[in-house]
Amino acid sequence: MSAQRTATVTPIRSSAESALIDRFPALKASLPGLSRAREDAFATFAATGLPTRRNEAWKYTDLRAAMREAAPLAMKPNDAEISVALNAHSPLAGQGAVTLSFVNGYHVATEGELPAGVSITPLAEALTAGHPLLAMIGSLKLAHGDLALSLNTAFMTDGAIIHVARNAAVDGPIALRFVTSGPGAIATAARVLMVVEAGSRVALIESHEAQGELAHQTNTAVEIIAGDKSVVQHVRLGLNSTGAVALSTLTADLGAGVSLTSVNVALTGSVTRHQVFARFSGGDSRAQINGATLLSGSQHADSTLVVEHAAEPGGESRELFRTIIDDEAAGVFQGKIIVQPHAQKTDGRMASNAVLLSEGAAMYNKPELEIFADDVACAHGATCGALDDELLFYLMSRGISKAEAEALMIESFVGASIDFIDHEPIRDILHGLVRDWLTARAERLNAGAGM
Amino acid sequence: MLEIRNLHVKIADEDKVILNGLNLKVHKGEIAAIMGPNGSGKSTLSYVIAGKSDYEVTDGEVLLDGVDILEMAPDARAAAGLFLAFQYPMEIPGVATMTFLKAAMNSQRKQRGEAELTTPDFIKRVNKAADLLGIPKDMLRRPLNVGFSGGEKKRMEILQMTLLEPKMSIMDETDSGLDIDALKIVAEGVNARRDPEHAFLVITHYQRLLDYIKPDTVHVMSRGQIVKTGGAELALELEANGYRDYQSAA
Repeated sequence: MSAQRTATVTPIRSSAESALIDRFPALKASLPGLSRAREDAFATFAATGLPTRRNEAWKYTDLRAAMREAAPLAMKPNDAEISVALNAHSPLAGQGAVTLSFVNGYHVATEGELPAGVSITPLAEALTAGHPLLAMIGSLKLAHGDLALSLNTAFMTDGAIIHVARNAAVDGPIALRFVTSGPGAIATAARVLMVVEAGSRVALIESHEAQGELAHQTNTAVEIIAGDKSVVQHVRLGLNSTGAVALSTLTADLGAGVSLTSVNVALTGSVTRHQVFARFSGGDSRAQINGATLLSGSQHADSTLVVEHAAEPGGESRELFRTIIDDEAAGVFQGKIIVQPHAQKTDGRMASNAVLLSEGAAMYNKPELEIFADDVACAHGATCGALDDELLFYLMSRGISKAEAEALMIESFVGASIDFIDHEPIRDILHGLVRDWLTARAERLNAGAGM
Repeated sequence: MLEIRNLHVKIADEDKVILNGLNLKVHKGEIAAIMGPNGSGKSTLSYVIAGKSDYEVTDGEVLLDGVDILEMAPDARAAAGLFLAFQYPMEIPGVATMTFLKAAMNSQRKQRGEAELTTPDFIKRVNKAADLLGIPKDMLRRPLNVGFSGGEKKRMEILQMTLLEPKMSIMDETDSGLDIDALKIVAEGVNARRDPEHAFLVITHYQRLLDYIKPDTVHVMSRGQIVKTGGAELALELEANGYRDYQSAA
């Protein structure tokens, strides 16, 4: 075979891509630790640039178009900024046994008692001083090459390393509160690693909060490594600024006999994308991965997940994503279940259900199954439609007005996904946020009717 | 109480005619039964009275205490005192039964210009009605009708009827899928409200329910019309002879 000359292609960079590429070498010196991982991750990003519709994994969410300019990477906030940020309303305040607060991606406070068996190290400290678990950051191969995660790895500033000791039954959730605030739009890159040793039980709640309309660019990643027979509950709440481009990634590496529940509730943000990469590395584990998304205006929200069953027995995965779309908003669900050849007895079921409340609303559903084993039960279902007329009639026949009946149905619809959360007060708070969304919708409709 | 005059109904967006000049009167204090073969339009009649949008009324009137309700939305009809017990009650995951009951009771009160119930008053009323109907408290804590058996769902319909205190109740094949014990509870719920102020329209395919709810009048429905009216003995006659005579006669 004759040698071929490789053509040199100079890609046309967008302004945001050029800024990120220019920024990295300068920042690299000041970003502590994991320099090799950062460089590799950055190279992955630089080779492709920001993903567009041509990138299959980002087919329905054109990040390059959504992120025309790269917001400056946030600096460590000063005391005045911290106090303003932390004084803002936080729906999940007080729900954690211990709460770590982050402002603009930097750890600023820890409140509450550290539960027995739990140790937490701020990531910046671990990156600077070293930490035995640092090497586990980015260890899930299933997520390698992902562009959002690569950007997070390249630019991660702070976050936390959480370790849960063997057979610890952790009382009360570990809460992470991320507040983005400031006079101008900023970019943040926080990273959390939680290593749960065998036989432990723990709940992790993340709350992402930003007020106002600024076009913040947040990119957070949470990695969970769940040891054999551990029980892990994870809840994520996304309350971004209305102009935000918010990327988030959850990776989960499950040992044998693990039970994982993860619920993501997405309410605000201009363009949001929540990604889940879950791998059943040990046999006979169970994962319930849910999403509840409510969209209005011109919002765009993407839920993308990849679940890999890679052990025998292959375990049970359940995915339930519920999306409510009003006005001109658009929802995306991409879900892929991969069953490796030896992962016999896998039982996977994935459902994405969307309700469109207006003519202009859109939903893109892309469920995929890649099955290489022959003794498995896998199914996916995607539905998209208006509210159920039969149910509406049933409620109205009891005297409930149309608006109130619709609100009950919407709450019920997304509630089905939220209700997998064991912790009742948190569940109630999330239901309350759904009701707030419905109240705001009713006010919009009333205002429209009055014109 | 309820008067239906020359009611013609077709399925919306289709030409299929289901009710074809139906006339019916139910008086205050009366329990009227409608019996008829499958496909005679019994359930459609109950849906049209309650205001389901799948049907188009092409002619006729439905009067509740002299007021034509056909232009009213289903919730306004309910607030005016109408109740439909569904043949297949709907499940509403994620909405607690108590939340639903409170929303229904207070919506109706609001529409009638009455004060909303306080929480203690509401709970007292629900507990009293639930005790009467043998409904365990844990059923009230669950999402509405989710995971309920057929009998439990029907019992929940009767609980709603008891709490909403309608003057005119329509029972659409409430007996379908019920065992004798559940049937008795449903019948007791209806009989407990039997007085000179309330009226019932009991729609059923079989005579069995009428052993427990003694009707004042029995109407036979076929091909979208009432083709015969009589007393309770008519139900027994139908049980013995079947609907064949009415199907060919209509």
